[in-house]
This record gives sequence, C-alpha cells and structure tokens, in this order.
Amino acid sequence: MGIEGIGARVVRKEDKRFITGAGRYVDDMVVPGMKHAAFVRSPHAHAQIKKIDVKKAQAMPGVIGVLTGKELKADGIGNLICGWMIHSKDGSPMKMGAWSPLAVDKVRYVGDAVVIVVAETKGQARDAAEAVEITYKELKAVVDATKALQKGAPQVHAEAEDNLIFDWEIGDAKATDAAIKAAAHVTRMKIVNNRLVPNAMEPRAALGHYDKAEDHFTCWTTSQNPHVARLVMSAFYNVAPENKLRVIAPDVGGGFGSKIYIYPEEIVCLWASKKTGVPVKWVADRTESFLTDAHGRDHVSTVEMAFDKNNKITGFKVDTIANLGAYMSLFSSCVPTYLYATLLSGQYNIPAIHANVRTVYTNTAPVDAYRGAGRPEATYLLERTMEVAARELGLSPAELRRTNFITEFPHQTPVIMNYDAGDYGASLDAATKASDYAGFAKRKAAAARQGKLRGIGMSCYIEACGIAPSAAVGSLGAGVGLWESAEVRVNAVGTIEVLTGSHSHGQGHETTFAQLVNQRFGVPLDSVSIVHGDTDKVQMGMGTYGSRSGAVGMSAIAKALDKVEAKAKKIAAHLLEADEGDIVIENGEVKVAGTDKSLPWFQVALAAYTAHNLPAGMEPGLKETAFYDPANFTFPAGCYICEVEIDPETGTTEIVQFVAADDFGNIINPMIVEGQVHGGIAQGIGQALLEGAHYDDSGQLLTASYMDYTMPRAGDLPSFRVSTTNTPCPSNPLGIKGCGEAGAIGSPPAVINAITDAIGITDIAMPASPSTVWAAIRAKK
Amino acid sequence: MYAVNYHRAASVTDAAKLVKSGDAKLLSGGMTLIPAMKTRLAAPSDLVDLSRIKDLQGVKVSGKTVTIGAATTHYDVANDEKLRKACPALAHLASLIGDPAVRYKGTIGGSVANNDPAADYPAALLALGATIVTNKREISAAKFFIGLFETALKEGEIITAVSFTAPAKAAYEKFRNPASRYAIVGVFVAKGKDGVSVAVTGAGDDGVFRSKEIEAALAKNFAASALDGVKVPAKNLMTDLHASAEYRANLIAVMAKRAVAAANA
Ligand SMILES: Cc1cc2nc3c(=O)[nH]c(=O)nc-3n(C[C@H](O)[C@H](O)[C@H](O)COP(=O)(O)OP(=O)(O)OC[C@H]3O[C@@H](n4cnc5c(N)ncnc54)[C@H](O)[C@@H]3O)c2cc1C
Repeated sequence: MGIEGIGARVVRKEDKRFITGAGRYVDDMVVPGMKHAAFVRSPHAHAQIKKIDVKKAQAMPGVIGVLTGKELKADGIGNLICGWMIHSKDGSPMKMGAWSPLAVDKVRYVGDAVVIVVAETKGQARDAAEAVEITYKELKAVVDATKALQKGAPQVHAEAEDNLIFDWEIGDAKATDAAIKAAAHVTRMKIVNNRLVPNAMEPRAALGHYDKAEDHFTCWTTSQNPHVARLVMSAFYNVAPENKLRVIAPDVGGGFGSKIYIYPEEIVCLWASKKTGVPVKWVADRTESFLTDAHGRDHVSTVEMAFDKNNKITGFKVDTIANLGAYMSLFSSCVPTYLYATLLSGQYNIPAIHANVRTVYTNTAPVDAYRGAGRPEATYLLERTMEVAARELGLSPAELRRTNFITEFPHQTPVIMNYDAGDYGASLDAATKASDYAGFAKRKAAAARQGKLRGIGMSCYIEACGIAPSAAVGSLGAGVGLWESAEVRVNAVGTIEVLTGSHSHGQGHETTFAQLVNQRFGVPLDSVSIVHGDTDKVQMGMGTYGSRSGAVGMSAIAKALDKVEAKAKKIAAHLLEADEGDIVIENGEVKVAGTDKSLPWFQVALAAYTAHNLPAGMEPGLKETAFYDPANFTFPAGCYICEVEIDPETGTTEIVQFVAADDFGNIINPMIVEGQVHGGIAQGIGQALLEGAHYDDSGQLLTASYMDYTMPRAGDLPSFRVSTTNTPCPSNPLGIKGCGEAGAIGSPPAVINAITDAIGITDIAMPASPSTVWAAIRAKK
Repeated sequence: MYAVNYHRAASVTDAAKLVKSGDAKLLSGGMTLIPAMKTRLAAPSDLVDLSRIKDLQGVKVSGKTVTIGAATTHYDVANDEKLRKACPALAHLASLIGDPAVRYKGTIGGSVANNDPAADYPAALLALGATIVTNKREISAAKFFIGLFETALKEGEIITAVSFTAPAKAAYEKFRNPASRYAIVGVFVAKGKDGVSVAVTGAGDDGVFRSKEIEAALAKNFAASALDGVKVPAKNLMTDLHASAEYRANLIAVMAKRAVAAANA
C-alpha cells in the first residue's frame, strides 16, 4: 500500500468543494434566458380528468407557457417505460399500464403531474399553476397492495385486472412443499417490510435547454445514470435522437436509488423548452420529493422455513405481495424478483426454495429500488425467520446460523445465484467477539435492575452486488446490459484523466478511482482527474447503483489501465533499449528491472505525444478505452449484532451497541468504506425504528414532511463499531465486492431481533416507534 | 410564498397601527409563520415585524415576579441567569424547543399567540398561573388558551409580555414526537403558594389542559411515589400517526412522575 494507493485512508478529494458550499448542482446551473417551471399536480389519489382550463393561468403575470398532456402527446412524446420485462408463471408478460409524463385522462396518485407552467420566476410559475382549473371526477382509491388484489377493488389501470401486474415464481415448489411436509420443525411468519421515502438531501431537479440553431437539446438532471437517461429519452420518449441530446448529471446530492430512474419532469422540461423557446428549469420542493420520488420496499410476505431434526434447513417457502404504486418505474419489476428472491438462500445451505411474488398497482407513489433494492427485503425475511426459529428450537441464534452456513465455494443456490467466495463463520466470530455476545446475559441482568429491557439481535446478511453480467441479466429480462466503461487519457505531461460511466453522488469516486491510478502508475492523486456525468465527455456508461462502481466501474478502469501500461512499457522498452518484459512501473518511474535504467513517468507520456521516437508502426498518443462486463455478481456478506435497551414506561428504544463485521473483498479506501457502512446502518436503523411512509385510505400521504416522517438524526444512533474480515472476490480483477448497500441490508433485522428479544415477543412492526413498542409490551402483559 | 409587504415596527404603538393595514399579520421569530407562508398555507398581505422592538425583549425578575418580553427568543429564555435562579424549569423548557436555529429565532410571544397544541410554553404558563400581557389588557393563562391554535387574543391585539410568580418548585418533562420533536406529551408541574398545579401539552384534543387526577394525587403528597398507580383517562386525548390516546394517557402519568422527581431533586 502506497500512501495514496489502494488501501490508504485518503481524505476525499471532492469534500473540499462540498463542505465549502462550492459544489455545483442542477439548481446552480444558469443558462442565458432560462425560465422557471412549476407542475400542477393531482390533489387526488384517483380521479378522471374531465376538463383542463388554462386560460386564466396563461393570462397571469410573467407566464410564458402553460402546457398539457394532450399537447405533449400530439408532439409524439412517449410514455414512461419499465426497463425489465418479467413474465408471470403462466407465461404472460407483465401487465404494464401507460404512464404519460403529463396525465391525460386520469390521475393515479397524489402528486401525479398534469400540467407544466413556465414563467419568468419560480413564484410566478407557482402563482399561475394555482390558476390552472382542472375538473376532476374523483374515484375510489386503493393504497394497500393486499386490498388492491381483492375482487371489486378500484382498478388503477385497465391493463392490469385486479391490479395484478405479474404473478411470478422462482425455485422448486414441489421440492419445497415436500421438505415442509417432512420437516421436524417449521417456523411460520407473516412479515411486513415498511414503505420508505428515500430523502436524498438534494431534491430532484431538471433543466432542459433546446438550442434551435443547432436543433440540439441539453438536459441537466439529478441522475445517478445520465447515459441511460439519454438512451431512454431518445429511444422511448422521442425527445430527440441520441446525437442531439446531451445529458449532464453534475454534482448530485445523494440518490439512494431514487435518482436512477427517468421521471416525467426531465422529459417535460426538455419538451417544454422546445415548445416555449426558452430553457426551462424545475427544482422539486421537499413536498414534491415526498410525494413523487420513487419510494422503497412495501412488501407483505408469509414464510415457512423447514428444519430437519439436526436443525438443518431443508426448505424455505415465501409468498410475497409487493406494492409497485401507481406506475411501473424504470426498474420496479426487477426489484421484488431478481434482486430479491435470488437472495433467499442467504448465507445458508438450503436445498429447496420456492418464492411466489405478486406485484400490484395501487394509488400511491411508484415504488422502485431504494438502497439495497430487494436484498434488504430478502434479508429481513430470512434473518427474522432464523431468529424466531432459533427461539422456537431453543437454540442460540448464532449456533443455528453456524449450523446452516455455506462453507464451500463456489456454491450454487437453488435460486440462480452462484456464490464465488466468502467466510461467513469469520464474520460471525468477529461480530460475536466484538459485541461480547457471550457476556450478554450479565448485561441484561444489569439492565433489568435499572428497570430496562435489554435485548440482543443478529443478522447474517448476504447480498449480490456489482450488477451484473450482461448476458445473465439479459436472459432474465433486463432491457440493458450492465457492463461499465472507462477511458484513461494520459496527457503529454503525464497527468491523467479517467472518464468513467459510473456516477458519483456521494460515493467518493474522485478519490477512490484516483487511488487505483496512483497504485498502478505512482502518479500523485492531485494529477489524476475523474470525469463523469456528461454524455458529451464520457463514452456510454451504465451509472451507479447496486454497489457496482467499485466492482464493475473500477474493473473497467483497471482494464483500460492495463492497455495504457502495455503501451507505456513498449515505449519505455524502445527508449531504454530494453526488453518489454523487463519494464516495471514503480513510484512514478518506468524502470528496467534489476538495473538503474529508468525514465520518469511523464517522459514516457511525452514521448507518446511528441512521437519523435516510437517503436515502428506504433500510433502516437497514450489513451485507452475499455468496457468491462462482469463475470458474476459479487457477494458481500457479514454479520451485524445490535443490542438495545428499552424503557418499558415509554417504549423508547436506545441502541446501546451496534457491531458490524463485513466482508467486502479488497478495500480501496477503508475510511470511505466505513463511511458507507455508517450511512447504510443509519438508514437501516431508520427503517427499523423511525421511518415509514403512511397513506390514509383516500390516498393522501400523511407523512409528506419532516414534521411526520422521522429521519434518523445523529442522536438516534450509537457509535458504530465496524470491522471487516475480507475474502477477495475472484470474479473481478480487483477482488472488490462492494459496500454501498450492506449497512441498509443487514441492519433492520438485527434491530428488530434485538427489540423482540428484549420484549420477549415474536414480531413487531417497523418502524418500532416508542408507541408501537409500548403497545407491544402492554399487549404481552 | 406569495408576495408580501414587510414593515419593521419601531414600537408597540407603531405595530398596533401597522397591523390594521390590509390582511396584516404580526411577525415575531417567524419560525411558525414563515414556513406556513412558504408552503402557501398562510397568505398575509403585510407582515409587521415585532422582533426589533426593544420593549418586548428580555427577562426581568423582581422579587418573586418574573416578566418575559414577548419577543424574547427561546435561546435567551433558556440562558437567562436570573430566570435560571428564579424558575429553572422554564429555562429548561425553552432549551428543549426545536433545534438551535429555532431557538435563536423563535419567541415566547409567538409561541403563546400561536398556541400549537404540541407547543411547550402553554403547559408552563398554565401550570404557573401566568398572566399574558397585551397592549390592551391582562389575561390569565387559564382564560387565554382556548383550543387548538385558538387564544383569547382579539384581531390585531399584541402580546407584550408574560408574567408569573416564581414557584417554590417546578419541573418540565417532555416526551418528543420522534419526527417533529414537538411534544407528544409535555408535563409541567409547579408547587406554589396556591398549591400544586400540573398542565399537559401535546396530548389534549382541545389543547393544553390541567390534569385533575395528577393534581389530586400530588396535593396530599408532592412526591413521585404519590403517582404510583394513578391512571389518567384516555378520553379527550388525541390519537394520531405517532401516538394513540392510550399511549398519551400513559405518558402523562410517566412524565408527571419524572417531573415531580426532578422538581424535588
Ligand atoms: C423545526 C421547528 C421545530 C420546532 N419545535 C418546537 C418545539 O419543540 N416546541 C415548541 O413549543 N415549538 C416548536 N417550534 C415552534 C417555535 O417555538 C416557534 O418559534 C413558535 O411556535 C412561534 O414563535 P415565533 O416567534 O417564531 O412566531 P411567528 O412565527 O413569528 O408567529 C407565530 C404566530 O403568532 C403571531 N404572533 C407573533 N408574535 C405575536 C405577538 N407578540 N402578539 C400576538 N401575536 C403574535 C403571528 O402573527 C403568527 O400568527 C418549532 C418550530 C420549528 C420550525
């Protein structure tokens, strides 16, 4: 490890601009002549649009344009798409209802965009938006997925009868049923995974600019995924052909998944810019974020886990209803299927698994990937069930898990995944040791003397990251490949630009990616720039989500670096009159191994560009591109142990200890990894204790502001104790597994296991708020 | 926010005149009014800013009498040395309001005028038997707090101060709403020359109220143990997303007990 290379705790390069307020976000972008947009949104969860009258609004001061869905359709703008085709078990394709960027006949959730108003100022746009007169005929709404499936429930889309989008299965139903029948013990549970609002610090925003002279569009947008945004906006929404559409995602203030997708607003702002002849900017306010950012989770499941007489799991059967909201968002279909049910084997040897998943339309905000995306839901089922099973079987939760751990790799699960490496026992050992698991009984007794209920809970999670092998996801219905690209440009003076298709919105790529270059060529971090987020600068890429930027994005960079290295060595061998095989690059020098002959790095770069003396036939320049398609998913795993103390008088839960022992494969920057784990656990504790989106029966979002939606604050969280025991990932050149989502995946069941242990109950709803905990304690008495 | 005319009042008399114009509203710390305007839920034509009027600022203690100017910020109430001696419970209460930014701007007058059913000050003023002083008259807290966001204030009437006699013992215990950090239940107990009084905020479906059950139990014996087994009825308590009426009833007893223990400490 060099002081700036792989493994070094380098302070994040990008933080200087972020913490001095110098970051540049979409809302900071100013284009000459730019005007402001406001959207008129549905106040109803379900209604027919009878009439839209824009006359009054058009006459308001400063108004430039008031545009409706009819005009948008007339201009040929397409409907939003879901990019992953899932087939029901009867072979029929998923039943997708139309999602027009501006609603035309019907609105389907509170916040559905109906009209865009463009005006000189934001205030004027909002004033005029209030003057748009829309006549609605209200319809009955349904917000609960289970109720939506019942006969006679309100129909959200004509295309999906009984609101059922697809009824999908995976695994072997017969073998699983047989295992349950023959079992010595079966643990059965009904488990709810609560709906969450992502709450990125920066709200979504879009600036659309149509340049008439060039017949060219530019879109600044808060995207985790600008290249795919361009592709989709060109290919499906008919905004403009790709060569006439530039998408820029500048600094983006957090995404957690919610900014992967293409939303109506960016499409409408681009179209409205052409229509009105002015650049159009829209920035969501916090209420719009709550109402319209894609939400996460919202599953209801029943599970049955079968054990033989040796406490080995013999089968796991799952039935899940997943609420997808009013429209199918871009990746909504793969989250409760291939990102979920394929992880139901967890860290365990389970010979038979079967999962059935029904996805359902309701009159709520669309639901899509949110930090962890499917894997937290799978982990929650498994780890809650394991805990309850251990209690039912009278075993230590740690021992029941250890008894069932997969110990040999590669391991083929019954649900597609092929685990390549791991050491689950090592994580469990590290976590039990760090948490003094053995000494818990003493601490519980001490707490009891203070009138407190103390509980301990663990969670052994696994997830699949680095998504994903393109051919594999293609065969499962994905509309895109999930490789990544990189271009490494060595300048004539030896400084380096790395152009990547990954997108950083808090991850620290400008630091970690530069560390890789430093490791390879010894160039100081300051001489390495990471370029991302602009389709005019960077070749096609697939963006950042699913903890893929390290495993896939950096692997692409490593591949491009290989090519640069090979060429640099050829040049150096030529200049130093040595054999190519004897050249090594070390500490910023290109040397002939075992001699004192060397050239500084920059001289090799300079030679490539002066091209005065290159090997015969070699092209000038030192710049290489690579596309990397991963060979497999990566499988980060770990063990989390949470200890809580509950005040039975008020139901308040205090997390007194939280230990995380993760296996992330090789680590580029331990400080950044710890930051990711801290943030992920904060979100997981948020889900378990604090957060929850609630709609009333009429479809109004009751938790549409921070007055009612509880975000985790520093004071709600303990000081995390994190560590790693790493097995390098054999499936990518850097041995990286990914760490971005682990915390949010592993922590909720650990917290709930601890709370239910403290109270002595089987289950409690998330968020386990003080009132919920108090009611549970009272119900037990 | 809609366009609005801003006036900075130089004196209470000046403010009283200005507030007559159009659909004017008084502005103090703005921590309640401005967010409501930003979300377009409030749309005054004019704002009359009281926060720079010298006469409305600061805490005065003379003998047992405490007077707090209406435009005194929560921060200043929390940190006033004289008040921390005369009635530390009230200074402590102020330190529990919102977050530092809210405490630097928000004022006691604004809070009292707004009478949010989950605000902290109303519990203290009711339990302390305080007087709300306006530019027109003096109103007892018992008559002032009428219902949810409702007070005895008349159109354009300006609170200038609140005053009360320092109690022998007092304490405030607050159970926070996990999201907003307002009170789900806040209990202020005070023991003064007129006996024990206990006021509850955050819980009543008609706003702040005095708890007869708790007062009766404490009248005989001002000790936490006097509340063992005392049940507060759930009737007339709020149920919302965060807490049921039963849970609030429980919390009233628990917070009261803790407050008495703190008052006696
Ligand atoms: C994030 C946040 C958290 C908060 N948490 C809490 C909490 O935990 N506990 C709590 O009690 N409060 C809380 N508050 C509210 C805060 O205490 C406010 O400061 C207070 O409610 C209003 O005071 P203000 O000075 O800001 O009044 P303003 O917002 O300026 O005015 C409020 C209302 O009172 C009227 N008014 C103001 N001054 C006078 C006067 N002198 N005479 C007559 N009418 C007047 C105004 O016209 C307006 O209608 C919180 C606020 C925020 C934003």
